[in-house]
Amino acid sequence: MADENGKQTETESRPWHQTVTLLLVSLRLAALVATSTAAGLMAFNKETKTVTVAVVGTNPILQSFTAAFQQTPAFVYFVLANAIASLYNLLAMLLRPCLKNRGRQVLVHLLDMVVFALVVTGAAAAASMAELGKNGNKYARWNPICDRFEAFCIRGGVALVAAFIGAVLLLLMNALSVVGLTCKNVTSNNN
Amino acid sequence: MAKVWRVFFLLLRLLAVAATLCAVVIMATSHDSTTVFGITLEAKFQHTPALVFFVVANGIAFIYSLIVLFIPSTSLLSRSIIVFDVILAMLLTAAIAAAGAMAQLGKKGNSHAGWFPICDRVPNFCDHVMGAMICGCVAVITFLLIVLYDIHQVLSPKFP
Repeated sequence: MADENGKQTETESRPWHQTVTLLLVSLRLAALVATSTAAGLMAFNKETKTVTVAVVGTNPILQSFTAAFQQTPAFVYFVLANAIASLYNLLAMLLRPCLKNRGRQVLVHLLDMVVFALVVTGAAAAASMAELGKNGNKYARWNPICDRFEAFCIRGGVALVAAFIGAVLLLLMNALSVVGLTCKNVTSNNN
Repeated sequence: MAKVWRVFFLLLRLLAVAATLCAVVIMATSHDSTTVFGITLEAKFQHTPALVFFVVANGIAFIYSLIVLFIPSTSLLSRSIIVFDVILAMLLTAAIAAAGAMAQLGKKGNSHAGWFPICDRVPNFCDHVMGAMICGCVAVITFLLIVLYDIHQVLSPKFP
């Protein structure tokens, strides 16, 4: 009787378990794409503008101003956090066959939360810098820069949107893996 | 043994209440002004959206932590509290990240953009922001510990 019930519970929960696993893998792939897009776009974000600052006789004196992501520590952290997140997601997807052990799955879930926190903090810091670059702060006499460096701002904005999408996907993945772990809890009790 | 964990968990919740309240109060009372060439420059937290977000996020976390103290730990509601715990922990980390970025800018400035540091001119404001961020850090760590405890509870429901 107990055997039948145990077997029945296993076969009942198997399609559900498979759906959860499939969803997890696809969410992780989507998060990988999003975070790597964000890291890559911001890492290659650079714009140089050359303006004439003075005219001596008939020769104009040119000076070039550069806006690059390395100039702002928040953007550097953004690139690093998203790069770490995409590398971790890639590793987690490649090493899936080694992670059948329940203890290892709990470890992966904890690391997922750490990586999610990284991405969220990176996106938040970069968003506050981007808002400042767009609107400036007249009380501190900080002028906005987006009117002069449009391409830099647009690329940064797209990278930021990609990072936020990646963060939402990572959150869904975290929630789903908790569900997956508790499902396994039910089936492993019958084994 | 289980009772020790329960007491520790209750202490964590109380610490979360205290830390978020401290962060809100200290940031909300940050205000400094200085006079340069006859012009008065004021520094308030309302001038920076990131600091406003910090205050709002910690305020929400404070109210939530207060409410959660009065919910019994074995009811059905305590399961959905785990979801809210995770959401609020992430909200607090985002808030402290944004405030940290602004604080770093206020302290060091950004010479490439022509943004000068303000902390030498309004030191009182900067000290308040630093204090609020320390409280915010404590709140984040506390919330993360609460989330870890929640995950432990979810994974081993036999553990009271």
